[in-house]
Amino acid sequence: MKWRDPLILVFLMVVLWQALYLLVGDVALRSPATTVHNLSNLLNDPRFLPHINETAIAFAQGFAIAVVVGLLVGVPLGAARFAGEVAEPILVALYSIPKVTLYPVILLVFGIGMPAKVAFGAIHGIVPISIFAMNAVRNINPTHLRTARVMRMSFLDLTLRILIPAALPEIVTGIRVGFSLALIGTLLGEMFGSQRGLGHLLMQAMSLHNIERILALTLLLVAFAAGINALLLAFDRRLHARA
Amino acid sequence: MDKVAVTRIAIVALAVALLEALCRLGVIPNFTVIPPSAMAQSLWKILASGRFSHDIAATLVNVGIAIVAAMLAGVAAGTALQGWPAARRTLDPLFATYYAVPMYAFYPLLIVIFGLGDFPQVAIGFLLAVMAVIINTLNGLDRVPAVLLKTARVHGLGFIQEAFHIRLPYAAPYVFTGFKLAVAYSFIGVIGAEFITSSRGIGYEISFAYNNFDNPVMYAMILFILLLVITVNLSLHVWEKRLLARRRRA
Repeated sequence: MKWRDPLILVFLMVVLWQALYLLVGDVALRSPATTVHNLSNLLNDPRFLPHINETAIAFAQGFAIAVVVGLLVGVPLGAARFAGEVAEPILVALYSIPKVTLYPVILLVFGIGMPAKVAFGAIHGIVPISIFAMNAVRNINPTHLRTARVMRMSFLDLTLRILIPAALPEIVTGIRVGFSLALIGTLLGEMFGSQRGLGHLLMQAMSLHNIERILALTLLLVAFAAGINALLLAFDRRLHARA
Repeated sequence: MDKVAVTRIAIVALAVALLEALCRLGVIPNFTVIPPSAMAQSLWKILASGRFSHDIAATLVNVGIAIVAAMLAGVAAGTALQGWPAARRTLDPLFATYYAVPMYAFYPLLIVIFGLGDFPQVAIGFLLAVMAVIINTLNGLDRVPAVLLKTARVHGLGFIQEAFHIRLPYAAPYVFTGFKLAVAYSFIGVIGAEFITSSRGIGYEISFAYNNFDNPVMYAMILFILLLVITVNLSLHVWEKRLLARRRRA
């Protein structure tokens, strides 16, 4: 009964939302049913699609950069123990600072528009991916490596049969965390320095006090983020269970 | 000091020196980034003049409220859920997806409902922080050895007494990890919200300075936030290590 608990949870949240709506009324909220209706109208509106496209393209690029750079930083740091020990607190410090603060710097460097959004999504995702990749490589069982040496495995064999299978589960966890943070970064980027995209629409709706629009967009973003995360989580758990 | 720490400090110092040199030599133009020494100088002047004391206080108070509320609510919710497995199982998918949801997406809704006061910012900080406390509290409570619980039963302790005398003290190091994350997330939440829209606070002053091309003020305040958050987080990290070391000795 893997699906029962998530379904109960979603049901409870809809009930809670409806109850809250009945409590505060139209001044501050819309009902779940109205919001779903508004969202489907929005998705059928041809003027809305370019904004979704814009966000999707910015996010895809930012996330791709985060994965590539995160692995390029994390894997070598995991392999070289000394470098890893030097770098780890720096990475953790970078993870825990509010990266929003750096937004003006990104804007000054890249200018307003697509590159700034991509960069902002990327810097949010790089750090967690590299931290997880570093730990994944560092924690590979040394017995396995010694066994490989005894068996005189070639580097290719070593990589395919030992390094990747051993490190992959943790790396996938890192990519899952990086996915969420890169999405947050992209949206934050659109909220300040952009004329297009879902983040921009959210800010616009806020200044126009457009509750329908805000709720529809929030629902869309939450459903997208939660849905993708559930898929990645299922994959993640299967890899960890096998390992 | 060991070799690792020395190398780390050297790398950070080298990076700052490199940035200073690139700015001074004009490779990086001053309207993009100002030299780190100029940032520090400007920050010193601002702090000495007390110009932003009001904003700094506002941000720190909001972060503080978010942290304390997240700690109290998180430990209470974690303890309650540990005693109610059915609810915990139902909420488990929420725990797993919680940090995947872009929390800032709720900020416009909070602003529209509650207005442009401090509450929406504190709420974002709280929402980001509280789940870390809940998850780590549960994690700690799960590890309480059965023999301690048996002792509690022999002494006839009730649920609340057992929580305060046995479970929570045992789980303390894990709860502390949750608190540490709560501090970092509260800063991220409150300052991020101030950036998006607010009427005061450090984040507000940075975006105001950015819109006015006032680089000395902007970089000074960015430096201030980075130094503040890194100092707080590192101190907690050191404290946590000491707590863990003492527990291992005991």
